[in-house]
Amino acid sequence: MRNIFLFIRRYFNFLFFLLVQGIALYSLFTYNKFQEAAFMGVATETTGWFYKKYDGVESYFNLKESNAELAKQNEILLNQQGSNFYKADSSSKKVIDTVSKDSTGTQTREYLWREAKVVGNTVGLQNNYITIQRGEKQGVKKDMGVVSPSGVVGVVISASDNYAVVMSLLHRQSRVSAKIKKSGDLGIVQWDGENPMYVNMINVPKSVKLVKGDTIVTSQYSYLFPANLMIGTVDQIVEDNSSNFYVMKVKPAADFFKLEYVSVVENLQKEERKKLEEAAKKIQQ
Amino acid sequence: MSDLVKNTVRFLLFILVQVLVLVKVKPLHQFVVPYLYFLYILWLPFNTPRLALTFIGFLFGFSLDYFVKTPGLHAAACALIAYVRPFLVSILISQEGADQNYKSPSVTSMGWAPYATYVVVLTLLHNTYLVFLEWMEMGSFLFFLGKVLGTTGVSLLLILLTELLFYRKQSFKTNTA
Repeated sequence: MRNIFLFIRRYFNFLFFLLVQGIALYSLFTYNKFQEAAFMGVATETTGWFYKKYDGVESYFNLKESNAELAKQNEILLNQQGSNFYKADSSSKKVIDTVSKDSTGTQTREYLWREAKVVGNTVGLQNNYITIQRGEKQGVKKDMGVVSPSGVVGVVISASDNYAVVMSLLHRQSRVSAKIKKSGDLGIVQWDGENPMYVNMINVPKSVKLVKGDTIVTSQYSYLFPANLMIGTVDQIVEDNSSNFYVMKVKPAADFFKLEYVSVVENLQKEERKKLEEAAKKIQQ
Repeated sequence: MSDLVKNTVRFLLFILVQVLVLVKVKPLHQFVVPYLYFLYILWLPFNTPRLALTFIGFLFGFSLDYFVKTPGLHAAACALIAYVRPFLVSILISQEGADQNYKSPSVTSMGWAPYATYVVVLTLLHNTYLVFLEWMEMGSFLFFLGKVLGTTGVSLLLILLTELLFYRKQSFKTNTA
């Protein structure tokens, strides 16, 4: 017994070092994006405050780019307004209304958009997160899509009262259902943690004809994003003879280095859809 | 300024510079992540007890993790270099009693070559362990090697710049006064 105490006393420094390493490694390997531990909740609120203070200074440097980006988005939206279109005179001509809208006047809203200011962002790490200044009190909840004026940015994974943390596309666990705009072939966009200038698109069979510069958009299957939102363009097609699928390097449309304003998009029918799909799965089992 | 106040201010400054500036820099290359924050641990006074040193290293790393949301990653690397530091200092110190006559490791207290070795070894150790922990889940060995070397190169450059910009005056302490 005495020897044990002597041993502990002699190697106390080393044992303490091992203990500290143990704590660090344990919290590193048991932590994942699904965990809503106290760490995330408290961290979001306090670090969000720091990020906001600093962003007050830093945001001036990107004003020009974010203005240009917002103006571009305005142009697209203005062009979609009904008043731009000439209406046919229906008294002298037979017109068939081809607009697929509910004519009874009750339209069901599927997606609701909310703007948010980006206050914190990293790009250089293996798992990158974005902090936005809009939380549960302002309607942001877990599992909502986040889109910048030029393209998809990520998914909300945790929200505190006034801030939310977004898992960026540049995160090794991020997966977005995507398709090639031209042909409609589906695939998955993810990131390998290596180069923050590119994300990868996988699961596209080699039978599909692909060209460099093809546009990648969100697919209609994703319940986080509306269909046909811009993700990026194909920059390089990697030859892999061992598989029947392409690996594509996709240049993201959103500029992760200069994020200023983003929109959080909520799918109002997500719960219903999830419930139905789970019920269907249960029947099959 | 007392040592405690000085080191507390440094603690905050190093964390904030790393979080608000260096992590956001557009990467020069996929291998390069500019890390400077661990210089704080290299600058701690000689007379810090070993136990406290390990604990400060852990706490310092964890505060960075708090911001970048990787609980444990930087804490593990910082605790490692904080634990190894006293061994390295005792090997490298050339003058008899330099660790009692000067406050903290620097060019003046240790001399050019020993201090450079001290910085290079700890930087390499920190980056190797950090990239190793990240790489364990995925990635090729070539990527691991490239990233360790690229990151260490940029870290050393940043440390050199910091040492030149913020020259730390060190007076020789004697017990005669």
